[in-house]
Formats: sequence, structure tokens, C-alpha cells
Amino acid sequence: MAATDIARQVGEGCRTVPLAGHVGFDSLPDQLVNKSVSQGFCFNILCVGETGLGKSTLMDTLFNTKFEGEPATHTQPGVQLRSNTYDLQESNVGLKLTIVSTVGFGDQINKEDSYKPIVEFIDAQFEAYLQEELKIRRVLHTYHDSRIHACLYFIAPTGHSLKSLDLVTMKKLDSKVNIIPIIAKSDAISKSELTKFKIKITSELVSNGVQIYQFPTDDESVAEINGTMNAHLPFAVIGSTEELKIGNKMMKARQYPWGTVQVENEAHCDFVKLREMLIRVNMDDLREQTHSRHYELYRRCKLEEMGFKDTDPDSKPFSLQETYEAKRNEFLGELQKKEEEMRQMFVQRVKEKEAELKEAEKELHEKFDRLKKLHQDEKKKLEDKKKSLDDEVNAFKQRKTAAELLQSQGSQAGGSQTLKRDKEKKNFF
Amino acid sequence: MDPLRQSPSPGSSRPSSPRTPPCEMFDYVGIEAVLDQLKIKAMKMGFEFNIMVVGQSGLGKSTMVNTLFKSKVWKSNIPNLGTPTPQTLKLHSVTHIIEEKGVKLKLTVTDTPGFGDQINNDKCWDPILGYINEQYERYLQEEILITRQRHIPDTRVHCCVYFVPPTGHCLRPLDIEFLQRLCRAVNVVPVIARADSLTIEERETFRQRIQHNLRSHCIEVYPQKSLDEDTNDRILNSKIRDRIPFAVVGADREHLVNGKCVLGRKTKWGIIEVENMAHCEFPLLRDLLIRSHLQDLKDITHNVHYENYRVCRLNESHLLPQGPGWVNLAPTPAGRLATPQSSKVCQQAQDDAKDEAY
Repeated sequence: MAATDIARQVGEGCRTVPLAGHVGFDSLPDQLVNKSVSQGFCFNILCVGETGLGKSTLMDTLFNTKFEGEPATHTQPGVQLRSNTYDLQESNVGLKLTIVSTVGFGDQINKEDSYKPIVEFIDAQFEAYLQEELKIRRVLHTYHDSRIHACLYFIAPTGHSLKSLDLVTMKKLDSKVNIIPIIAKSDAISKSELTKFKIKITSELVSNGVQIYQFPTDDESVAEINGTMNAHLPFAVIGSTEELKIGNKMMKARQYPWGTVQVENEAHCDFVKLREMLIRVNMDDLREQTHSRHYELYRRCKLEEMGFKDTDPDSKPFSLQETYEAKRNEFLGELQKKEEEMRQMFVQRVKEKEAELKEAEKELHEKFDRLKKLHQDEKKKLEDKKKSLDDEVNAFKQRKTAAELLQSQGSQAGGSQTLKRDKEKKNFF
Repeated sequence: MDPLRQSPSPGSSRPSSPRTPPCEMFDYVGIEAVLDQLKIKAMKMGFEFNIMVVGQSGLGKSTMVNTLFKSKVWKSNIPNLGTPTPQTLKLHSVTHIIEEKGVKLKLTVTDTPGFGDQINNDKCWDPILGYINEQYERYLQEEILITRQRHIPDTRVHCCVYFVPPTGHCLRPLDIEFLQRLCRAVNVVPVIARADSLTIEERETFRQRIQHNLRSHCIEVYPQKSLDEDTNDRILNSKIRDRIPFAVVGADREHLVNGKCVLGRKTKWGIIEVENMAHCEFPLLRDLLIRSHLQDLKDITHNVHYENYRVCRLNESHLLPQGPGWVNLAPTPAGRLATPQSSKVCQQAQDDAKDEAY
């Protein structure tokens, strides 16, 4: 077989070659985009916040549609997550949107474990993806990605600072998901209070080491806008699905006796900024971060937990598959051993039972024999008795006939016989 | 505290759930801005494309590559009379970065000098298959690391252009053997090389015969019929399939024709213009490879051929632990992979096992 000799001339990291004419691969981004459009996009948002902070309303406002669902009560025994998937279509782009919402968050008296269902849910989505990726026959390109891409954390508009529940939850979530904190129902806070509130929140987050999602500033086209938006975090938003006539346009707004709050007015609230950042500018980056940072971290931890390593202490490069294979063989070996053991036990038991049964059988036989013998003995005895009785009867008959004969002879012979008869009688007796 | 799920579980993999209700949006939201985001990201990252040219020496492979990418990607080497023909098949890879209108493409061209040049060409496809599988292996090793890179460098061969010598008759046994083996591992595009030695009628008959050969030997070249996704694809691809294999001519010199400077070959009886559809089908090849189906080639390599390789590889390690076919799963040095390659592709395991037995 011809030996393979692969010579790679890369030449100090690929040289750039000038083109002498139009080749045509500038249509590559378009090809890529067309492919993605035909596949469709998916986006998953998790809304974490106390009951009554306006999570569902905000989602309705963000996506300009009425998602179904009834408002939750305050009497939930524990935190649950409710998830809904919707198919949105805008011109030729199809988006599969999944909105997950916490139900009953912050309603319990003891809130120590409130964050746990949320963390478990996020981990479950990562786990599902990991399982699919590790399968032998997998269909990753048509897999419905359910990992959470963005987590909107709703902060109650107290105006003072973050609640301890918020801090604890955000700390637990920051390494698993992109957190975007927002101040909900911000029409309850005045402008001056709002700035103070925002500063307080950001300083608290920093001092507690909570890493919230920063909009990326490495690409020039979006660096500027992202940079300014980063300074406005957390966004103070208002949600409303009611439309009111203001001026001569219909706008989403909330009406109070003292005035009307317009949702899309940048002076009133940061809703427009949130929509820009979340959907129009950074949707893809959010998905990218989820996949390359959070998911990879989860994957690494999970695999290390299962016992896989990239390098062995003897500095022999191991691979995932080899360790997996070794573990599998080990497991199979154990399984076989257990099977053997069980088989042995079974065989043993069977033997014992068999022996027992044999014993019983033998006993029965013996009993039967004994009884039979007994019966035979009895029968013999009876027969003997019968025989002796028969003999006696015969003897008696013989004597009876003899006696009768003698009597008849005696009556003929007269008296001479009487002596003889008497003698015989005597002899007889 | 199980999450209350109202939509189908994420663990099930299906293309799109029929139960998710479509929602109507009352106003413009801006979802389609995600397309721009994708474009920006793609332009920033750049693209990669790996092409392999296979064929006997003298069929104009290097010239073809230069013509395709309109640059001196490959210095066509005209062998001196003194140098002996290579005894072994050596694969040569060259990587370049070319840029057009802000789109950066990292192009890797792998040449196979010495293919089919020996007297005994038995198993000359093995080094090539070995190389292709080695690239898959490299990618697989990177993918199953615990700490893996954000962007795994893609060296897998996306397209293999097979040069058929213009005999005018039909496919030779070497061609058939090679194509059969390779079309299961990589996207193969056969072309009729040096098509200027055939007239138009001869070309057509040659093409028909080749298509017939391909069909009778169940060789599925790119675009594969079984991978068409919807009717649009099918219509588009069947038009291409009708013209496969393309009759191409390569040229890297420019000549003056009717006052215009065109790429062509100058002969005593005329100038063969490369970009003229009446002269040869080079524009079709270029359009297929670069302008319309480049992304599709990469996708099929990633979703179909690489997955097939991965399935075989992972299954193998279960079926044959420490047996005669045991492949050490730790990263192997290049060149050592000549032996178990033939068993890599599942369907050809049987016939290759027969070969190995000899």
C-alpha cells in the first residue's frame, strides 16, 4: 500500500493572494443567511421575577402580540416554571420563541430554595442538548434548541436597593445564563429616584460579584450603541398592551389621572432600548454566548464530574472516548459479574429445592412400602385364621358324619353295639 | 418542583413542532434584524473552504484551480524531463487567504500528484481516503475534548473535484473504483478535463455515457439526489445533475478577443475562451462551487459525511475492543492511519474487508 506523505505548505500563517478578477464568493454571506432563514431561528427567554411585576405584559409588549396565559395567584406552594413556545413570522424570517416564566417566585414565607427550580430547569436544558450531542446518531442541525438564551430579571421598583432574594438568585444564575436585569413597573419611580436606584443596583451587583450580561463592544458597527446601552443597565421598563390615542397616533400607553405614560417614548422609560438591545442588535450574540460560554462551562463540569479528563497524570493524552470506553467496559464487566452471581444463586436454590423434593419423595415411598407390608401381614394372618377355621369346620363335619354313621349302625346291631357304642362313646369322649 | 411544560419536551429532536401555535404580531418587532447580525458575524469570522483536486498528471488540475480562484493559488509545476515520476502518492496542501468585497475566504487546495500514474494503481485511493478521514478524525478529536475551542478549525475536505481524462468513451475502471469509494466519504464533483480535445457532439455522448456509468454503479455525485430538501432544491439540482460532469478547460493566460481581455487558450485554430458558455462549461463549475453552492457543500460535509464518519467511529470502538480492528482513540500521528481507513466508511466495510483479506 502506498504510504501517505502529507506535506502542508502553510507558509508562516497563510499568505494573502491577490485576485485578478471577480471570483464571486462575496455571495457567501448571502448563501449562509439563506440557509439560516430556511432553517429558521429559535430564541428562548426566561423571565424571573416576583408575581405581579408585569412579566407577561412585558413579553406581550416586546413582541407586539398577545401570548396566552392567565395571571398567577400568590398562593403557590413553591416556585414553578411555565414555558410556552410560539411561532412568529416576520417577512421571511421565522422565529420559534419560547418564553419561560417563573410562577410563585417570592411568594413563599421561606424563600431559601426559590432559586433551585430555576437552576434545575436551566441545567435540564443544557443536559438535553449535551445528551443529543453525545449520541452516536445525532441530528444536531434539526435539533430544537431549548437552552435559555436570555434571562430577564425583574427587579421590584422599591427605589432603595436590591432585595436579598434577588442577589442570591442572580448570583446563582450568572454563570449559567445571560442575565439582563430590568426594573419593572418603573412608572412607580420618579426620574431622580430612578438614577439613584440604578446606581445603587449596579454597585450592589459589582460588590457582590454578580456578572450580568454586557453587550459586546468588540465589533465596530455595534460597539458604540452597545457601549452607551451598557451604561443604562438596568433598563427601567413599563409594559402595556393597551393602545391609547395620543396626539393623532395610537400608541401603547398607560393612563393615569395625572398623565399618560407612553411605553415607546424614550424619555418616559427604557423600553425601546430594551427592545433594541434584546432583539434588533444582540439576539445572535446572546445565542452565541449561551452556546460558547455557558453551555461549554456546563459541559466541561458535567464531563469532569463523570470522570473524564483531557490528559492523564502519566501525560498520556486520553480522549473522551477512551475513558468512556474504559468506563463502559468496567460497567459491562461488573454487570457480567453480577449476572454470574445471580445465576449461581439461582442454581444453588434450585438444587436445594430439588434435594428437598427428593427427600419428601423418598419418605413417601417408604411410607407406602410400610403400609403395604402391614396390609400384607394382616391379610396373611387373616388367611391363616380362616384356614384354621376351615380345618376345624371340616373336622367337625367329619366327626358328625362318622357319629351319624355309627348311630345308624348301632340301631341295627341291637344291644351288642351298645357296649361297643359305649366303648366308642367313651373312646369318643 | 418539576417545571410545568406546556410545549413538547426539548429532548425530542424534530425539525419543527407542529403544535406550536403561530402568533400574529400587530406591529413591526425587528426580528429580521437577526439576519444582519448573522452577516456581520460571518464577515468578521471569515469563511473556510477546502477543496481537493484528484486526477492523473497532465490533466490541468493546477491550472483549473488557478482559473477558478483567479489567482496564482498553485504554481503549476511542469515536471522536468529529468525528474523521475514519484513512486508514492504524495498529497500537497496549500492554504491561502483571498478577499473579495470584505469577505475573507481561507482557501485550502489539496493536490494529489501521482494519482493513477503508476503501472500498478491498485489501492491508489487509499492515501486519499486516508487523508480525508484524517481530517474528519482531527475534527472529531477536537469536538470531544473537554475544554474545546470556540471555533474548531475546519480542515475537512468540502469538495473533491475529480478530473476525468477526455477519452471520449466511458469511465475507466480506475475512475469507477475511485468514485465508488469516495462518493460515500466526501462530495465529489466529476469534470471532464481538457475538454478542448472533444467536439461538442463528442462531449455530449461522453457525458451521457458517464452519467450512465455513474447510475449503473450507484455512484452519487454532488449534488446528491437523496439529500435534496424540498422541491425548489430538487428543481435546481436536477438541472445541475443533467449537466454533470462539466466539460471544462482551464487557462491562466489572458488573450485579446474582440478587443476584450479574456482568459483563454490560444491554439493555431482559434482561441478557446474559458468563460464563454459556448466553448466550455467552466462558468457552470465556478457557479456551482463558489457562487451558489459553497455553503451547501460545507453543510453537507458537516451534517452528512462527518456524521457518518462519527457514527462509524463511535460504533467501532464499541464493537471491536482490543480486537484486530482496534483503533487507538488517542490522537494518532499522521501517516499511521493507512491501515484501518478502509473500514471507516460503513457501507464499504464488506468489500474492503474482502480486499484486506488478500
